[in-house]
Amino acid sequence: MASEPPLLSLRNINVTFGGVRALKGVSFEVRPGEVHCLAGENGCGKSTLIKVITGVYRPEAGAELWFDGKPVAAMTPTLAQSLGIQVIWQDLALFGEMTVAENIGFQHAVNGRFGLVNRHAVQAAAERALAKLGVTLDLHMPLKELPIAQRQIVAIARALVGEARLVFMDEPTASLTQSETDYLIEIVRTLSASGVAVVFVSHRLAEVLEISDRMTVLRDGELVGVFPVEGLTQSRVTELMTGRNFDNAVIASDHDDQPVVLSVRNLSRHREFENISFDLRRGETLGITGLLGAGRTELALTLFGMKPAHSGGIEIEGRPVRFASNRDAIREGVAYLSEDRLSLGLNQPQSIADNLVMASLDRILSGGLISLTRKADVVRRWIAALGVKIGTPDDPIRTLSGGNQQRVAIAKWLATDPRILILDAPTVGVDVGARAGIFDIVRKLSAEGLSIILISDEPPEVYFNADRIIHMVEGRIRAIYDPRRMSLTDLEAAVYA
Amino acid sequence: MRRFVLAHTTEVALIVVMLVLSAGLSLATDRFLTLSNAFDVLNVSAVNIIFAVGLLVVLISGGIDISFAVAASVVQYLAVLALGVVGGGNWALGFLIAGAIGLGLGFVNAFLVYRLSIISIVATISTFNIFFGLLMFFTKGVSIYNLPDWLTTRVVFYEREMADGSWVELTLPVVVMLICCGATWFLISRTTTGRKLYAFGDNPEGARRFGINIGAMHYISFGWLGLMAGIAGLMQAHYAEEVVPNALYGRELDVLAATVLGGARLGGGKGSVIGCVLGVLMVSITQNGLNLMGVSPFAFKMIVGAIILVAITLSSARLDKLLPAFARARPRTGGPR
Repeated sequence: MASEPPLLSLRNINVTFGGVRALKGVSFEVRPGEVHCLAGENGCGKSTLIKVITGVYRPEAGAELWFDGKPVAAMTPTLAQSLGIQVIWQDLALFGEMTVAENIGFQHAVNGRFGLVNRHAVQAAAERALAKLGVTLDLHMPLKELPIAQRQIVAIARALVGEARLVFMDEPTASLTQSETDYLIEIVRTLSASGVAVVFVSHRLAEVLEISDRMTVLRDGELVGVFPVEGLTQSRVTELMTGRNFDNAVIASDHDDQPVVLSVRNLSRHREFENISFDLRRGETLGITGLLGAGRTELALTLFGMKPAHSGGIEIEGRPVRFASNRDAIREGVAYLSEDRLSLGLNQPQSIADNLVMASLDRILSGGLISLTRKADVVRRWIAALGVKIGTPDDPIRTLSGGNQQRVAIAKWLATDPRILILDAPTVGVDVGARAGIFDIVRKLSAEGLSIILISDEPPEVYFNADRIIHMVEGRIRAIYDPRRMSLTDLEAAVYA
Repeated sequence: MRRFVLAHTTEVALIVVMLVLSAGLSLATDRFLTLSNAFDVLNVSAVNIIFAVGLLVVLISGGIDISFAVAASVVQYLAVLALGVVGGGNWALGFLIAGAIGLGLGFVNAFLVYRLSIISIVATISTFNIFFGLLMFFTKGVSIYNLPDWLTTRVVFYEREMADGSWVELTLPVVVMLICCGATWFLISRTTTGRKLYAFGDNPEGARRFGINIGAMHYISFGWLGLMAGIAGLMQAHYAEEVVPNALYGRELDVLAATVLGGARLGGGKGSVIGCVLGVLMVSITQNGLNLMGVSPFAFKMIVGAIILVAITLSSARLDKLLPAFARARPRTGGPR
């Protein structure tokens, strides 16, 4: 394989945006039919590199770009398409109201002869592409009716219609469950076996290591190196990506001497979860893990008063409570950090300060109006306490990195002075380096006596950060583990079994 | 069959509601269920259906337009004036002039929305006021009764006297309406431009990444509505045999409600000609029924509003929730198998 000429090869790529060098002398190479991982933290230049390859950005003079052994003087989006370079964007760019066939065959649908749609050509193109992937989907189903995983397949199939030779996948598994991810990995293998090279961009190191042949690592716009994946470990990759070393250790400890803050008894919600019972003590961090769809978020939303339980009870500090809405829950000291920070957790166009006080407006009132001084005090206090890196509090929150946004989202809830903080997938879309910072905050908060429920579908996150771990399967508690009495491998085996 | 029902939930629901309504009206009055009454409803609805299929194209491409009804009034006025200048003209010239002016007014909206990046509801509320304001200012609210003879003479394509002495008539507005429906159907579901309009309304960013000409999408959709509004304006002048500057004022909301009732999505990317037609007919049938039942016209608006609410609730509620038998056809969300 090493003697084979590369399909794509770039040398000496420099890109500068407004004085900031986004890529510094980067080279990159993809061999025919290989699965190549492009790794690096957010802002390291991965997407800039993809946009150079697809002709969206023009690199500075001195750059060399070769495709299939021939030099390419100036790449343009149209040229990239005709060479068979396809990108599957993270947001998929599909059309929800159209059918599966129309989405896959869209290129044919908008390029028919005499400006007319040739429905047979569209349908045939869709069938061919799906056959290549070895998948059957209902071609007439409107796309919006499909689960995310199948939409992903549609996006891949659409790339294949253009006779793809090189496919970029940007975070394809970000919203998939484990079994869906496995399925996608199978698809990628099929693609690669048929001679299509795949470049995989993903935050999830486990699957990257499973699927790729080689890995190119970028850091701060520079090439760290190209590594064969065989023999690499997750912690080694993290080190390469961040330039730092993160030592993980189990932090679990006993809280039996502490008072019970939250007591859940036989809580059930029709078709979502059943018979959930546990106690949460002061200063304890309780991890909840399980596959996507195990009912974790539904349980959290019930504890937060957003989905009523159908039976069972909740007690807070020994008093039975009934939440008619999440306003009641917030009054009782429950806070919930949503799993979907981008669309639900933060109001992106608004300022950092406005986002931060969003949940605690009634605490900064003075004579019924918002007191700007009290607001500024609250903002200053929490920005400092959580170490959020900002320009000024009046900047829109979308200007912050994922990790810093997540800190503001946590601060928003801490400002409500909660007793119980539910963190639902707090590291989704957060860099490896910044994740450690989030968990440092979690540990500090629990040391200060806050009781935390930490929900994650990544077993290592709960293993290293929780005192006890609830394992949920199909809406029921399968087991409660003590991380000190089991290995991470055992936990992973149990979760993925 | 099940697939058809799932793919055309709104249309099927509307037909069901219309059948129920018609059955009720047939029992309540003996005039409702006659062929001549059916043709009456069609004649009365023709202008609104022409408006509706034009608006449909704008809605599909993700926009909205409030100004088309007063634009049609402007067209009526300018067209009649222009026809006077050329010495009367004929139908061909009438359609040409009305269509061209309508197209031009549509392009004004497209320009505001695309070039100046004003969101379409604000842009068209502005042009609604500007068009109407200019019209009232220059006409001082005076109507034109002196129309060319060809324009006011009824054109009947088919007529027949029924056994009960009533007449069945197929008139020009209905024929023009059918042509407009056919043309719009062809545009949106058979041409590549139509696919692009749906794609653009559905996911503008996705469409942009496919290299779809976004500017063209704006001009085509608002231009098409302008063209339809021009034609509808001419038909309304023909039907009313006069041009009254504020005759169409307020029509935009009736048409918008009927179009959305027919399944067009305000967010873009969805809607069908047949849905549009059903939406308009639904409202017309209600009004017609109320008329025949001798209900006070003052109560019409109230009842029509209520009917729209009921129909839209039924058609937007997922059919599988109303009829569990259809639920099994849906894919389970979850595993990729």
